[in-house]
Amino acid sequence: MKGGGLRVYAICYLLFLYAPIALLPIFAFNDAKIIAFPLSGFTTKWFVDMANQPELGKALKTSLFIAVCASILATILGMFAARASTRYNFPGKGGIMGLIMLPLVLPDVIMAISLLVVILQVANWLGFDNPLTVWTVVLGHVLVCTPFTIAILNSSFLTLDRSLEEAAIDLGETKLSTFRLVTLPLVMPGIISSLLIAFTISIDEFITSFFLTGTNPTLPVYIFSQFRFPAKVPAMMALGTLLVLSSIVLLGIAEYFRRRGIRRQGGKDTGGFL
Amino acid sequence: MSTAFERFTRSEAATGWLVVSPTALYAILLLAAPLATIVVMSFLFFSNGSITSSFTMGNYLTAWTDPIYRFVMLRSLFVSCLVTLATVVLAYPVAYFVSFHLAPNKKSLWLFLITIPFWTSYLIRVFLWKVILGYNGVINSGLLGLGIIEKPLTAFNYSTGAIVLTLAHAYAPFAILPIFVALEKIDRSLLEAGRDLGEGYFRTFLRVTLPLSMTGVVSAVLIVFIPTVGDYVTPLLIGGGKIPLIANVIQSQMLDIGNKPLGSAVAVSAMMIVAAVSILFLALNRRYLRANR
Repeated sequence: MKGGGLRVYAICYLLFLYAPIALLPIFAFNDAKIIAFPLSGFTTKWFVDMANQPELGKALKTSLFIAVCASILATILGMFAARASTRYNFPGKGGIMGLIMLPLVLPDVIMAISLLVVILQVANWLGFDNPLTVWTVVLGHVLVCTPFTIAILNSSFLTLDRSLEEAAIDLGETKLSTFRLVTLPLVMPGIISSLLIAFTISIDEFITSFFLTGTNPTLPVYIFSQFRFPAKVPAMMALGTLLVLSSIVLLGIAEYFRRRGIRRQGGKDTGGFL
Repeated sequence: MSTAFERFTRSEAATGWLVVSPTALYAILLLAAPLATIVVMSFLFFSNGSITSSFTMGNYLTAWTDPIYRFVMLRSLFVSCLVTLATVVLAYPVAYFVSFHLAPNKKSLWLFLITIPFWTSYLIRVFLWKVILGYNGVINSGLLGLGIIEKPLTAFNYSTGAIVLTLAHAYAPFAILPIFVALEKIDRSLLEAGRDLGEGYFRTFLRVTLPLSMTGVVSAVLIVFIPTVGDYVTPLLIGGGKIPLIANVIQSQMLDIGNKPLGSAVAVSAMMIVAAVSILFLALNRRYLRANR
């Protein structure tokens, strides 16, 4: 065993990271309305309670729709930006890429509110009454997800062997057919993992949804509204347990594709999504 | 014969611009333009519940002199600094362990384990910290049950400390990953050289590893510090709304009260302060690295 003391510390740190998630299933199956110790007994009624909330089903559908749209749009935009930044040098590149990556550090609240102010203003000029729909949420989510898709796709495009594309062009393919027949299949694992990551981020994104949503709340907005009523909280613990499980499955698949992509291009795994 | 324009359209720069243009346009329209709107709005005069078209510095005067805004801004900065310090100091040894003490095939697994909690519902994670730290929380009921304390501790429920802990938890992977990447790039033979030249493990760390990994630490600091200044959910859920941070003030001023110019001025001021602190930090880091050379 190497790094004795450090290893103990790292394991304690992992325990700290997992502490809240570990509590989720405990309270989801605990037969008490109050989320506290000591535990009372085993029950599955919170899952039944959760399944009996039609509002929740509607919020889930809204969230899924938004996440599918946002992840596809963000991945397409991410491909353009990743291709441009890994392949071409152009004046103003740093500034443009900096602006595109800005949502990674810009506080969500400032981004969401400024977008909201502009959307309301534009709608006012054009004479729309209720401009806030699922599509305004999609617009915000694409902004949040794109930097992450670029980070993933950058590594796919970087490990891409340029001579393969040049060979295709030499053999008479056009730029477009080369992209479709050579580049796209090679970066496909990166695209799939980018779609999955963007989907996961969008499903979980709260702030932009909270400010930009109209009458259809997304899942996190619904969860937030339920936290105000203590009686509703246990059902949210049950929901949280299912959400954590599905995130882990999605991330497992994303990680699998990311590693397969690196192997396919003969690269060395450097680990991590970011 | 090709004209200058034709040569330009076939150049690398033009292709680059063309390829990046969809994403760039999206960011300009939906990010840069709204931010510019906020900046313009912060200079507009607000009276009788509506925004006028006359310019004023009054909003900034209020944002910088009103004791409430000043107090909340300072508290936000204080919380962010504490969160950044706690996150980076706690994360560094973990990144060091993963990079230096694990076999290459185990590194990916550890990084995956570190990032998983980050991908699970942010709201529920924040709420669970309230469950852990609250008056009837896990820690209090645990300590009561063991007979260590007689009545529940109130020190960490609904407090600034609870907000700091929750945020330090939420931003952990953002600190670990950049430090890890920087540590991975360090040429291991430099460390051996340091020790061959008679330096101890600790001094080698201080004089070789730490300065070389500083780029990662700097990214970690910025990627934790900047967003946490604007955190909105944690003060609301953990602080019970009793300890508002600057994002809560901006939100209530712009949307609840409807004074968008003043809200914008507070938001722009907050961003300027964050930018100034970040630049100051970068300058200090440059001096540290130069002194270490």
